[in-house]
Amino acid sequence: MIPVKFDYARPGSLDEAVRALADGGEDAKVIAGGQSLLPLLRLRLAYPDLLVDVGRLDELRGVRDEGTTLWIGALTTHDQVLRDPLIVEHCGLLAEAAVTVADPAVRHRGTLGGSLSHADPAADLPAVVAALDATITARGPAGEREIAAADFFVDYLTTSLEPGEILTGVRVPKLGSGWGFRYEKFHRTAQAWAIVGVAALARRSNGQTNMGPVPVRARAAEQAAAGVEANLAALLSAAAHADAEARPPSDLHGAPDYRRHLARVLTGRALAAASRV
Amino acid sequence: MSTGTETTGTQAEVPQKEFGRARPRKEDARLVTGQTTWTDNLILPGMLHIAYVRSPYAHARITSVDVSAARSMPGVIAAFSGADFSGEQGSLPCAWPVTPDIVIPAHPPMATEEVRYVGEAVACVVARDRYMAADAVSAVDVNYEPLAPVLDIRTALDDGAPKVHEAGNKSFEWVFQNGDLDEAFRDAPVVIERNYRQQRLIPSAMEPRAVVCSCVGGEFTLWSSTQIPHVLRVMLALVTGVPEQNIRVIAPDVGGGFGSKLQVTAEEVLAMLIARRLGRPVKWTESRSEGNLTVHHGRDQWQRIRVAAERDGRLRGLSVDLLADMGAYLMLVTPGVPLLGAFMFNSIYKMDAYSFRCTGVFTTKMPTDAYRGAGRPEATFGIERTMDELANELGLDPLEVRQRNWITHEEFPYTTISGLTYDSGNYEAATARARELFGYDQLRQEQAARRASGDPVQLGIGISTFTEMCGLAPSRVLGSLAYGAGGWENASVRMLPTGKVEVVTGSSAHGQGHETAWSQIVADKLGVPFEDIRVLHGDTQVSPKGMDTYGSRSLTVGGVAVLSACDKVIAKAKVIASALLEAPPEEVEFEAGTFRARGGGAAAKTIQEIALATFAAHDLPDGVEPSLDSDATYDPDNFSFPHGTHLCATEIDTETGMVTIRSYVAVDDVGTVVNPLIVDGQVHGGLAQGIAQALYEEAVYDDDGNLLTTTMADYLLPSAADLPHFTTDRTQTPATTNPMGVKGVGEAGTIASTPAVVNAIIDALRQFGVRDVPMPCTPERVWRAIQAGRDSGTQAQGTQPQGTQPRGTQPRGGGAR
Repeated sequence: MIPVKFDYARPGSLDEAVRALADGGEDAKVIAGGQSLLPLLRLRLAYPDLLVDVGRLDELRGVRDEGTTLWIGALTTHDQVLRDPLIVEHCGLLAEAAVTVADPAVRHRGTLGGSLSHADPAADLPAVVAALDATITARGPAGEREIAAADFFVDYLTTSLEPGEILTGVRVPKLGSGWGFRYEKFHRTAQAWAIVGVAALARRSNGQTNMGPVPVRARAAEQAAAGVEANLAALLSAAAHADAEARPPSDLHGAPDYRRHLARVLTGRALAAASRV
Repeated sequence: MSTGTETTGTQAEVPQKEFGRARPRKEDARLVTGQTTWTDNLILPGMLHIAYVRSPYAHARITSVDVSAARSMPGVIAAFSGADFSGEQGSLPCAWPVTPDIVIPAHPPMATEEVRYVGEAVACVVARDRYMAADAVSAVDVNYEPLAPVLDIRTALDDGAPKVHEAGNKSFEWVFQNGDLDEAFRDAPVVIERNYRQQRLIPSAMEPRAVVCSCVGGEFTLWSSTQIPHVLRVMLALVTGVPEQNIRVIAPDVGGGFGSKLQVTAEEVLAMLIARRLGRPVKWTESRSEGNLTVHHGRDQWQRIRVAAERDGRLRGLSVDLLADMGAYLMLVTPGVPLLGAFMFNSIYKMDAYSFRCTGVFTTKMPTDAYRGAGRPEATFGIERTMDELANELGLDPLEVRQRNWITHEEFPYTTISGLTYDSGNYEAATARARELFGYDQLRQEQAARRASGDPVQLGIGISTFTEMCGLAPSRVLGSLAYGAGGWENASVRMLPTGKVEVVTGSSAHGQGHETAWSQIVADKLGVPFEDIRVLHGDTQVSPKGMDTYGSRSLTVGGVAVLSACDKVIAKAKVIASALLEAPPEEVEFEAGTFRARGGGAAAKTIQEIALATFAAHDLPDGVEPSLDSDATYDPDNFSFPHGTHLCATEIDTETGMVTIRSYVAVDDVGTVVNPLIVDGQVHGGLAQGIAQALYEEAVYDDDGNLLTTTMADYLLPSAADLPHFTTDRTQTPATTNPMGVKGVGEAGTIASTPAVVNAIIDALRQFGVRDVPMPCTPERVWRAIQAGRDSGTQAQGTQPQGTQPRGTQPRGGGAR
């Protein structure tokens, strides 16, 4: 890796990290597992002056049972997410999606917080967090703040984190035991990005990966699915609305019309699986 | 995986204990632990690092290059433009002028006046470390006057098309004809014509290219991640004018090549010039993205294939017309690659007439050159796709059509319509075995049931009965094809005083396992333990003579040279043994490492004892030199012709277009097997690469000639997770053209598998009116083909979603996970 020269800070506490980041200004970036940032540094598509390594901050670790919600620390790796007993029990959709992220090496280094902060629309977990109506917790110079997932993702690679703010964790509502879920990821090779991904929580919510510059909530499909009979025909008819809100990108792996078609097919499949039809 | 069953043929003449044994490879410990020295690991005192400034234009005139700002950057020692090397950089070589009137444009290692592909080097900076060098690249100021790019070989020869070179866009036209084609097509009951695309591929060796060069007192040592240290040395001397004896080339352990390191690169030549200019050693290592732009690419053809046949499926004639994309320049064997396919389109089939025409066309893209299989995958794809089409046209089973046309095992040796003499083969046996392992009949039944029920997941069965020419090559044949060198290989065997053996080979390994296989050959031949043998290669000072490794030639040519050198050692040792055993040489016999006089009782001398006695040289007969060391140079009389039958079952999700390989059976006949583990590894890797061409890989340039697939997020390679369990097996029909009966296996899997997969896809989709899906058969293309086929009703329409593909892609950093 031959990146542009940068300074490196590894603070011992969250307060220190927030200060370092604030002092670094616009050209400072947070690094955790590095699985998003390092490739950008390598290609010199990102060239921060300062990297603030949050990898040793205990405040960003752990999974806490808060009663009706779970708080998942930003440093929780994808591999931990997919194995954590609390997440598996109360938020299985997140665990199911984490299994599909890249490959084992990336899953052992990459973190939930890193993936959300990077806000790549092709990444799997933002759509899941959106579908779960989760809340992002962040700490900045002005203190703690909670941001609804719907407000967190602003644009391609852009979040509503303020300069100097660090994503500290994600608060997700526990799913009751009755909720079926499914993450349908469509990709060409095991390690490849999702061409389209659909995170469905049975007949309640539907979040989509790579169907727009930010994770898409397919509200029209959600409304169409809400309260319908759990039979295939009804679910497929709801899924026909799955691309209503989408603004799909065009790249080598799929033109927009194909992505729209995939979103409808995958939504039908995810709904059927989540509804155990 | 492999059961290694021998279902036909006989054992070759050396069925001793190492031959045929699945030895784990002795070189792997150092390779897989990374403890070996790769070129990029080398650190020489005072070494500087080169970074290249590369053209962002597919085609442009260079109006100015200003390196002065870069020179004043921190750590920068020097910066050069192409003009700084004029007069000494020469032109990168093309060793295969395939026709007398071929156009071979000048190819300066660093562009001076015009750039003709994105990534062509226009300047470089040399700095104390690689970071400083990379930083200074952006300080080099280059001005360009853009010219029109030339991106499509189908229109590049049109009147008024922009020119890549002053002489135009045509490099050569090469033709071959045998038999009366007009007669074959006249009144033929069946004539079909198909057009196929061989997409452009980017070789992706695990180790990127890297070069280190030092120049001390006018003597050069060049380390390179190359397949061809010997060829490279000769070519560097010719290009730079440095006397050959003053150039030493070292290919240390090399992490794969697949043909991409069968090249004389700009970076190798420039490393020499810069090291000499600065009097300091220099290093250059490409990044993966730089490599995707500038490692030579593979394939890239349009094929027009016409076939005339009888109603019963028997072939009358075959006509092949190729357009082959040369890219911007002709590199080492660029024009010869498509012609290696000229002799293979007729494959295993008999016919009355054949014509082949290939036009080499220049474009403003990275030059193409050898990539695993080189010409033969293209040919095999063309004919095997066409045989399926013919079967469909006639309503016959595709295996049946092949059987009606192939050379039967009693007919060998058989001289084909393209003039090659196949020495041996048994296509019936390989096909029967593959059919059995595959469960062909059951799968056909399942296919019918799924069709009848309208299952959204349809099943397809693909067939590829292939052969290839390996063991490149008889020098006389190469001469007749205007190739610039011979096809022999050299080896020497040295008996050390302690009875150990050093084997020096001109076959330069880059992952194949030569050290293990050569040790097995020598262990059996000399009767010494496998562990006592060391194989040396890849350094022109250690192994001064060789033709290197490509074209599945190592075992069939280099291995035979090793065997011949052993024969000479034994002959020399026998003279000495005869003296020590006090028996005439004609009565001394050698077996399993020991010399005995016939009827001489227990008296015996091992070859190790002879080695020690030769070293001491106390009691040698008069006139006998005190050395057993021997070398041999072997030039094959003929190619070898591995063959096999590959069967592939694909499941196609018709709602999304996703193709999944459900099962894959490869029955290969590579002749006698030295090491089944190595053979299986080659087959597995080859299958992965061939399947990747069918489903995943494609180098994509946009309408301005920018390469869009510069990272592995855009240039997709499959991993083990994407590939099926391979069922591999072998039939063994030994080659009769070499003493070991071996045929070569490095490319077989790649050559056979691509058409097997695509045939399976089309077999599943033909019911929807789909006749072709361009490679790679991405889910989107498969889905669109199904839509187009359905839209056009029951008409059998070819679908070419090419061009409807979205061209823009955002640069992805392999980013968020």
